[in-house]
Amino acid sequence: MIEVKNLVKTYGDKRAVAGISFRANDGEILGFLGPNGAGKSTTMNILTGYLSSTSGEAYINGHDILEDPIAAKKEIGYLPEFPPLYLDMTVKEYLRFVYELRGCRLPRNTHLKEICELVKIDNVYNRRINNLSKGYKQRVGLAQALVGNPNVLILDEPTVGLDPKQIIEIRTLIKKLGKNHTVILSSHILSEVQAVCDRIVVINQGKIVADDTADNLSRELTADHKLIARIDGPKDEVIKLVETIPGVVSVVADMQREKGVWEYNIEAVEGTDIRRELNRRLMSRNWYILGLRSSELSLEDIFLKLTMGESVTEFLAGKADDLAEHYEEADKK
Amino acid sequence: MSAILKRETRAYFDSLIGYIFLTAFFAGSGVLFGVTSLQYGSTDMGGMYSGLFFILLVLIPILTMRTLSEEKRQKTDQLLLTAPISLSALVIGKFLAAMIIYSMGVAMTLVYAVVVSFYGAVSWLTVLGNVVGLLLLGAAYIAVGMLISSLTENQVIAAIGGFACMVALYLISSIAAIIPVRWIARIFSELSFSDRYSPFTYGVFDFSNVLFFISATVIFLFLTVRVLERRRWS
Repeated sequence: MIEVKNLVKTYGDKRAVAGISFRANDGEILGFLGPNGAGKSTTMNILTGYLSSTSGEAYINGHDILEDPIAAKKEIGYLPEFPPLYLDMTVKEYLRFVYELRGCRLPRNTHLKEICELVKIDNVYNRRINNLSKGYKQRVGLAQALVGNPNVLILDEPTVGLDPKQIIEIRTLIKKLGKNHTVILSSHILSEVQAVCDRIVVINQGKIVADDTADNLSRELTADHKLIARIDGPKDEVIKLVETIPGVVSVVADMQREKGVWEYNIEAVEGTDIRRELNRRLMSRNWYILGLRSSELSLEDIFLKLTMGESVTEFLAGKADDLAEHYEEADKK
Repeated sequence: MSAILKRETRAYFDSLIGYIFLTAFFAGSGVLFGVTSLQYGSTDMGGMYSGLFFILLVLIPILTMRTLSEEKRQKTDQLLLTAPISLSALVIGKFLAAMIIYSMGVAMTLVYAVVVSFYGAVSWLTVLGNVVGLLLLGAAYIAVGMLISSLTENQVIAAIGGFACMVALYLISSIAAIIPVRWIARIFSELSFSDRYSPFTYGVFDFSNVLFFISATVIFLFLTVRVLERRRWS
């Protein structure tokens, strides 16, 4: 279990981490989501005892990382942003070194063999790390974090530099490990965190802007009001027509997909479902919808939403008022 | 600590630095031995031991330049500093590894003594005193070099900085001579590495000098630990 209370880290007068508190329970995979420079790596470096916090507390399975660092560090396997590899060693030598460094008591050869099979580096076991590809280096870094079977795994962007097949393998592995470890992993890719994590902490400019289960967060963040529609009809008139649908905020023709068929990005006021109305109006003009899907919020949207929340909300609230007025008028008629 | 010691010792020979250091040490001590003992047919090896002082000025920085700077540059310090070991164990492990390589060089001077013993009586106690003195001097220098290495990410800067510091510690007694304030001059001359070392080469084994070098080693290693500790807070 990891418990963090009011963590602050300042570099000079810059606040890299500005009062973060969260908790990761046993058998939970916690995702740290945030753009580059949000404070993800700094927080992880504090949790693992590489950096000291300016103020605040961090407990790893009840051990304070500052007061009782050695006991706390024993519980942690850490894969930093750049895997800490000695390039002049072979994988075997390196893992044996880590094994000794961490003072492991497990039977050495079988333990290391298990780890290598788990992260699929057994075929490069005797090769020099310097000669390995980036994907293999990343996996050796992950193997290093697993040595000694620590209860807590802290993985800083574990899938960076891997090809799609390896990414899926590593994600599956992390999910498997998550069953009996506490895992914190960071990423700036939403889909990755969604795919792997039970809970997501969104962090921006050193602050937590959201902390929820992956399902809740994605429900909150999926956008039924944002549609991508492929419509067969004259472009300018379609735009004019769609704009008149109550609740629609903007319509942008994206590109021509087929002859006479354009793809439009339609955004409506949050919480409104304009799909039926859209259908009805287009049908009345004998234009056809050839494809309709809701656009997922991109990470940028989420940050916009979570961090610049106020200005966006104001804008949308204005649009919602318009909508209410529209319905009132319709009722009167 | 033993894991660090083992890895570091191996790394010296994987990276050629160990070979370069030992080759240069053997060559330097060999030449000194030839010039001071063999050429004069003397069994007194004090000349070689005092000459080695200058060789160490150049060679110890080479031995220590990588120790901590390279870890920082390669980001492997993240592995070491998040491992369940104390900073002191880390620093001492690295120090002992450098000492092992250094001792291999020092051991060579015993071979010269054996060579001399074929031609005349060798004062083994004096030789032993010299070896102890040389080891102590080297230990203090290695600690200085490690401190400098902990301050930078760049090996070359670590080497040159280490060299500069060692030269300064050597020249400190000359500087003392031109300082008009008596008590400052006194402090400076007391701190001189060369004034502390040369009695060993005359065959004088003074415990205060032994204590001086041990203290210097401990102080510089302690400072190295503090530098690493401080980096986490910065």
